[in-house]
Amino acid sequence: MSLKNILDIEELNKTHVLKIIESTGYFKEVLGRDLKKVPALRGKTIINIFYEPSTRTRTSFELAAKRLSADVINFSPSSSSMKKGETELDTIKTILEMKADLAVVRHKDSGFVKYISEHITIPVINAGDGRHAHPTQALLDLFTIYCHFKRMEKIKIAIVGDILNSRVARSDISLFKKMDLEVFTVSPSMLLPEDMSYFDTKNFECIDEIIGQCDVIYMLRMQFERQNKKFYPSVREYNRFFTLDFKRFNNMKEGAILMHPGPVNRGIEIDGRVLDMEDRNLAKIKIGEQVGNGVAVRMALLHYLLSQK
Amino acid sequence: MREKATVLNESDMDRIVKRIAHEIIERNKGSNNLIFLGIQKKGIPLAERIRDHIENLEKTKIDFGKLDISFYRDDIDKKIKTDFNITDIPFEIKDKDIILVDDVLFTGRTIRAALDAIMDFGRPKSIQLVVLIDRGHRELPIRADYVGKNLPTSLNEYVEVMFKEIEGEDKVSICWI
Repeated sequence: MSLKNILDIEELNKTHVLKIIESTGYFKEVLGRDLKKVPALRGKTIINIFYEPSTRTRTSFELAAKRLSADVINFSPSSSSMKKGETELDTIKTILEMKADLAVVRHKDSGFVKYISEHITIPVINAGDGRHAHPTQALLDLFTIYCHFKRMEKIKIAIVGDILNSRVARSDISLFKKMDLEVFTVSPSMLLPEDMSYFDTKNFECIDEIIGQCDVIYMLRMQFERQNKKFYPSVREYNRFFTLDFKRFNNMKEGAILMHPGPVNRGIEIDGRVLDMEDRNLAKIKIGEQVGNGVAVRMALLHYLLSQK
Repeated sequence: MREKATVLNESDMDRIVKRIAHEIIERNKGSNNLIFLGIQKKGIPLAERIRDHIENLEKTKIDFGKLDISFYRDDIDKKIKTDFNITDIPFEIKDKDIILVDDVLFTGRTIRAALDAIMDFGRPKSIQLVVLIDRGHRELPIRADYVGKNLPTSLNEYVEVMFKEIEGEDKVSICWI
């Protein structure tokens, strides 16, 4: 049962996932109180090391730690001695000499977080490494789905967009399949990995083929920063086959929900006008709720890693 | 764990619930300003029974909340397995007289944590503690206002409290660890 780090979905078994999802509900209750803070991790120090820009994940981890009364240090390489030529590992070891209890790490290279975890003794949480994994996003997505449907098994979910460059897609697909959801992908072949056998999911080349049958439509962010060549002819072409516009929004199955890990490229993954309806469609558009649930999931993970044997 | 002796049976527990209900009404001169908080898990059924009895006697409704103290424990470094339960206090506690209920009073650390948790929800007028069993061995300056039974124990014994709502029978027994 013991887990030292959260690096990847692969190292979690079903029992871990169910335990995390169950305890997240209790942490979410704290966020609904007037005084949104409990002393569970008082005296613990958590360090956020983000080599890649991030608003929601870093803020989410920071808030999660603070809601549990832990101290947080935010470290960003642009304002550090790395500019003076210190290596990443030396920098991290220096910071850890200051007696942190847990590190949250994001980096642009796949596998970097695992490398760090092998060289330091405290628990490490992967907050996203390259194209590889983003396990806390996948867990908060699963929690959001579970909160809405009160079950996981046999939920049909379409993951739409840039599968190739997306660590969210990789972690989501492996977590959802592990928990017996029915996962489909919707993506142009240029934005799929060459070898899809690892995922073993059926792909559709137009969102209209499947939109009416799915309980969850999960739009991925177009990862422009990782696209080193042009993957589709034009935005208009992409809009025709993949973008979630008004018509497709209305064609979604009764009771289905729309998700996106954020930040949204308006007009590419989702029509801006659909996004602007979120306040009136909270039961259907879950993008804001995902952010809120992110804090609760991260509270559960921090507490889990710092409280077990 | 081996059972050594039964301390309370169903009718003993029933009499205790009724007696404590009367004591609470007497001390608070009625039940106007009272609310009940049961500590997860075994404080809940006991609190419900006493609350129900007071409601019957006083012909009134009394708010009832559930309190989980996992987030307020002081022993995270002892790596004790944590089972979370829901905290549900859907009403204002400000200026209320809180009847806090737990099954066994032992070191006092659970009650310390519960007091911290309650203060995060507001500033009550008073907090009074009900326990079914006071087994001694306090590590903190905490005492109960209403005690079902004082039960001197040794540290290598364990007090097992069972409720119909959870275990299917009402019984308190003392066991060897």
